[in-house]
Order: sequence, then structure tokens, then C-alpha cells
Amino acid sequence: MESPSIEKEHLFSSFQKRIMFLTLTVSIAPLIILGITVYAQFAKYSRITAESQIRYMAQSQAESMDLFFRKQTAILNAMARTHSFDQMVDETFLSQVFDVINYRSGALIDIGVIDVTGMHRAYVGPYDLKDKNYSGQPWFDEVMSKGVFISDVFMGFRNFPHFIIAVRRSEGKHAWILRASIDQEKIEGIVKSAQVGRSGDAFLLNRDGIYQTNPRFEGPVLSKSDIDPRSFGGRMTLVEMTDEKNRPFLYAGSRLNENKWILIVKQAPEEMISGIFEVQIFEIIIITISALAILLTAFFTTRMSIRQLLQADEKASMFQAELLQMDKLAALGKLAAGVAHEINNPLAVILQQTGWIEDLLDEEDVRGSPNFEELQKAAEKIEHHVERARKVVHNMLGYARKMEPRMEDVDINQVLSQTIAFIENYSKTKNIRIDTHLYDSLPVIAGDQSKLQQVFLNLITNSIDAVGENGIIEIISWVDNDHIFVKITDNGPGFDEDVRKKLFDPFYTTKKAGEGTGLGLWVTYNIIDNMGGAIHPESQKGEGAAFTVDIPIIPPATK
Amino acid sequence: MDYFSILVVDDEVDFLDTIVKRFQKRNIDTVGVTSGEKALEAMKERLFDVVLLDIKMPGGMDGIEALREMKKLQPLTEVILLTGHGSVETSIEGMKLGAFDYLLKPVKLEDILAKVGEAFEKKNAHEEKIRKAKIKELIRYPSRAFDIDQLKDED
Repeated sequence: MESPSIEKEHLFSSFQKRIMFLTLTVSIAPLIILGITVYAQFAKYSRITAESQIRYMAQSQAESMDLFFRKQTAILNAMARTHSFDQMVDETFLSQVFDVINYRSGALIDIGVIDVTGMHRAYVGPYDLKDKNYSGQPWFDEVMSKGVFISDVFMGFRNFPHFIIAVRRSEGKHAWILRASIDQEKIEGIVKSAQVGRSGDAFLLNRDGIYQTNPRFEGPVLSKSDIDPRSFGGRMTLVEMTDEKNRPFLYAGSRLNENKWILIVKQAPEEMISGIFEVQIFEIIIITISALAILLTAFFTTRMSIRQLLQADEKASMFQAELLQMDKLAALGKLAAGVAHEINNPLAVILQQTGWIEDLLDEEDVRGSPNFEELQKAAEKIEHHVERARKVVHNMLGYARKMEPRMEDVDINQVLSQTIAFIENYSKTKNIRIDTHLYDSLPVIAGDQSKLQQVFLNLITNSIDAVGENGIIEIISWVDNDHIFVKITDNGPGFDEDVRKKLFDPFYTTKKAGEGTGLGLWVTYNIIDNMGGAIHPESQKGEGAAFTVDIPIIPPATK
Repeated sequence: MDYFSILVVDDEVDFLDTIVKRFQKRNIDTVGVTSGEKALEAMKERLFDVVLLDIKMPGGMDGIEALREMKKLQPLTEVILLTGHGSVETSIEGMKLGAFDYLLKPVKLEDILAKVGEAFEKKNAHEEKIRKAKIKELIRYPSRAFDIDQLKDED
């Protein structure tokens, strides 16, 4: 079986673990839940923000593009409506018009006039395109019927990416077309301003999914994109798709050029919501620090409380042991009182009977008997031993005649001096010196002088008996904090721990049989205990012994 | 020694008989009884100077009760309590009720006689005081003169 202290330690350690576990669960769990909630909310709003950002970008870029197309178309329309076919087919005049237009926008590569038969009647530009017939081109019919046409980007005769804007002028019965080529780079510039961040992209697709501008990462203009244009049905569509490398991307598509083109802005969501990662890291740091702080606090507070618990437990055990000791002494006291009465009554009878015998021995006819002296001696012996028994019983009850403590003014130093004077002859015969160091101004207290005398007499006599012969007894008195202390030290053989435990037990004696009753220290203990004081014995076997009497000061005024 | 009378009350017959014999051997007018009730009966019959009363008697009237009744019957009679150690507190209570003193058993006859002597002297002094007070009163109030004869008889 485990010893009680190990068992207790085990109990306390499991107690500590349980408290730690509870504290951590109760305090860290909500912290984590809060962290997750904050993170989820933040992620949700970040996503909403990112989506609206990319939508806005696509929207505003599409509007810029529309504005660009409207502006170019408007300029061409204005030129066609303000000049006649005859004026415009004059290439010198057309060159002037070209310069005026390009002076403003700088977007045109060339300009030409096409008659109703599709014949390129006049041309100003870097290529030799005059007299080419466009009647077979699909856009020719479209512009003739709708009045305006903006082409997809194509290489054409020029062999570099461009697109054309054509407007129709109806002049009387016949119509003609003013057509201009526009450098694809002009729209590329507008689209590129939406290519933001590390992964952001923006480009134009036609309805067949052919790039109309150079995307930032994928294949060049006029190559086929992996993106299905049909995914972007509405005027503004937001789609989340993975790219060829399987990374998630947000795509915002906006229709323009009479729904023929789609402006697509592409962005990796994690880049747009990069703040979320900062929040994540920040939260992890805060939660870790808090958890650590809670852990440390829980650890130290539980350790502290456990230590206090252990101390309290220790105190309680000590107090319990003291109580047990007091109980034992009280029980013995009651027993002793009962025994005393039962013994004293027969002793009284014996004493009276002996007295009666002595009375009768006094009669003259008995005096003459040869055994008279023997009889008288026997009676005296009986009386002597009754007296001895009586003393034992008296001692056992702590000088019962003065059981009730009398309160009188007591000068402890004076009591000590009287006691020493009383016992000095006895100590001198044994060559034992008594040294005194008495504190001059001990306060006078209310107490029972004769009982205190008995206490000191018992202690000093014990010391003398312990020393035996040739030794020193030192008696010191002092005051400390409402208590008077008297310490009686001898250089006798001392006693060990086992003896110390039993010192105050009644009938416990280390003296030879017949020399001590074993009641002296018991009575002493009871007297001091009744006064609210204490006796502290201390000794090391072979190194003398000391008894410190601690008497609480009761001022005479309160007696 | 002056002539005086003692009543001894103790339930321990061996003790009682012996002490009565020893007192009588010393020419002291002694009566012994074994209980409080008997003691009170005896005191109704005649006056005693001193009562020796064992305070702890099993059964019947206890010592303190007997003391109270005795003081009612003969207020001037001094009572000395006899006790074993178990009843010291009771003895102190008895002192408060007017007992002269108490003696712890076992006690030698010489010590008892000494204590009885003291009690007797106290009783005499007490009676003397009362007598003088009565004389003073008579001098002051001659109308109460009829008491004088009674006082003279007591002398």
C-alpha cells in the first residue's frame, strides 16, 4: 500500500491536471471559436469585396472601350456626312481629312472610300490597296445594310493585327462607305490598364473565343482561347473557373461591340483577398500567445493553490495531532480524578483506623506490653505510607486544593527568585550552579502565584535531577509581543525525540522507580495550558535540555 | 479546650465510627450519622457547634443540599466540608454557600481538630458580635429589654 503522503501527492497532482485541463478547455475553446468566426466573416466580406472589385474593373474597362469605339465611329460619321463622295474620292482631299482625324485621335492607320460596287475608289495609307474590290467581303454587306460596322481583329493584307471601322453615307440615290483601319494596339492599351497585380489579366475575346488583344499570360492575339465565350451570357457575368494549371480564378466578362466582343478581367481570388492571410497569421499569433499566457497562468495559479492546499492540509494535520494530545490529557485527567476519589476514601479510613490504634496504644495497660514499641512503629509506618499515597493522588490532581486559579498581581522575576532561593540549598549539595539572566522590566501580570511557583519548582527540580551532580542551570526571562518567556536550560544528558513526545504524559518518568511520580510535568503542562500559555521542550540527546515557558501577559487591570 | 459539640456526617461507616470514637475519646461531644437526612433530623433535636460533612454521598441528599438546609436550621453552626479530590469544585461552591472551609481526605485527626478549633472560635466570635450588637440595641431601645434574660441564659 502507498504511504499517505505519496497518495496525497498523487491526488493533488491529478487534481492539478484536472484544473489545468478544465481551465484550458474553458478559456481556449471560445478563443478558437471566436478566431474561426472572425476569420470566416472576414473571408466572406473579402470575397464579396474582391468580386465587386473585379466586376467594377470589367465594367469600367468595357465602358472605356465602348467610348473609344463610339468616338471613332462618330468621327468617321461626321466626316462622311459633311463631305460628298466626289470630294472624298479626291485623294488629296482625303489625305487632308485623314490628317484632321489623326491629329485628334492618332488611332487611324489608313482611310479609304469604297463605292457601292465594292471598289476601293480612294485610299490614304501606307499600303497599296486602291482599286481592290471588297464586294465579296462579309462586312461589306453588313455595313451597307446597318450603316456602321466594326470588325474583329485580323491580319488582312497588311499582315499585322488591326481592325476596321466602316460607316455608310447615302448621298441621293447611291451610297458609299468611309472605311478606316485602326491599330489593334490602341485597344490593347485600354485593356492592359486592367491587368493588375501579379496574376491579374484582361483581354478581349470575340464570339468564337479568339483573342482580340494580347493576354498577359496566354497565347498571342488571334489565337484560340480555352475560355468558352458562351459562359459569359449576360451583359456582365462573374464566373469562377480554374485555369490550365488548375488554379482558381475569378473571371468578370462584359459584352461590348454589339455583343460581338467580351472584355474579360481575370484575377486570382487569393491575391485580391491577400488581407485574409494577414488576418489569419495575426489571429494565429494572437491565439497562440493567449493560449500560452492562459497555460502559464493556469499552471502557476494551480501550482500556487495546490501549494496552499498542501500547507493548509499540513497545518490541519498538526492541529489534529495537537487536539488528540489534548484529548488524551483531558481523558486522563478525568480518569485521575475518579481514581483519586476512590483511593482517597479508603486511605481516609486506613488513616483513621491507624489513628484509633495509636489512640488505644496510648492507654496505660497497653504501654506495658512487650510489643508496644513495635505496634507503635507499625502504626507510624502505615501513616507514613498513607501520606505517601495521598501525595501521589494530590500530585495527580495538580494540587487540587488550589484547583481554581487565583488571580493576583504576579511578578514573574520575583516568583523565579523565590523559587530559586527555596531550592538553592538542594542544588548546592549537588554542586549545581544556578545562573539567572532576568529581564529587568518584566510587566506585572494577573495570575496565580503559587501555581507559577509550582511550575518553576517542577522544571528546576527536574533540571537538577537530570544534571545529577556538578553542572549548570541557566534561567533566562524576557518579553516578546505580549508574552513573557522563561527559559530553563541545563547541561544534563538531554532527551531524544521519543522521550520528548511523552514528556507531558501523566505517570511518564525517566527517574528510577520510587523517585518520581511522573506527574510533575503533566501538572506543569496543565497549569500553563490553563493560563493560555505553552511549554516548548527542546533537547538533543547528550547535549542538555531546555524548557521554554510561554506565558501570555494578562495585565492586572483586566483581572 | 472549651467544651463543644460536633456532628459528623459520612456514609463511609468505617470512617464515621472510628472518627466518632476518636473524638469521644478526647471528650468531645460527638454524634455520627450516615446521611444528610439523618443529620438534619439530629440538628432539629439539638444544637451543634461544628458539623463535619462529607460532600459526596451516593444516594439520598447530597452534601450541598444538606449544607443549605443546615444553614437554615442552625445559621451560626459552622460546617466543615470533607471531600475526596473529585469534588473540590463542589467544595468551593459549598464555601460560597457559607461553609467554613473544606478538608481533603485522607486527613489526620490532628488537622481535623485544628480546623474544628478554628471553626469553633469563629462561631464564638460571631455569637459574641451578635450579643454585643443586641446589647447596644437594648441600650438604644430599652423597650426591647425582654430579650436580656434570654441572653443571660446563654452565657
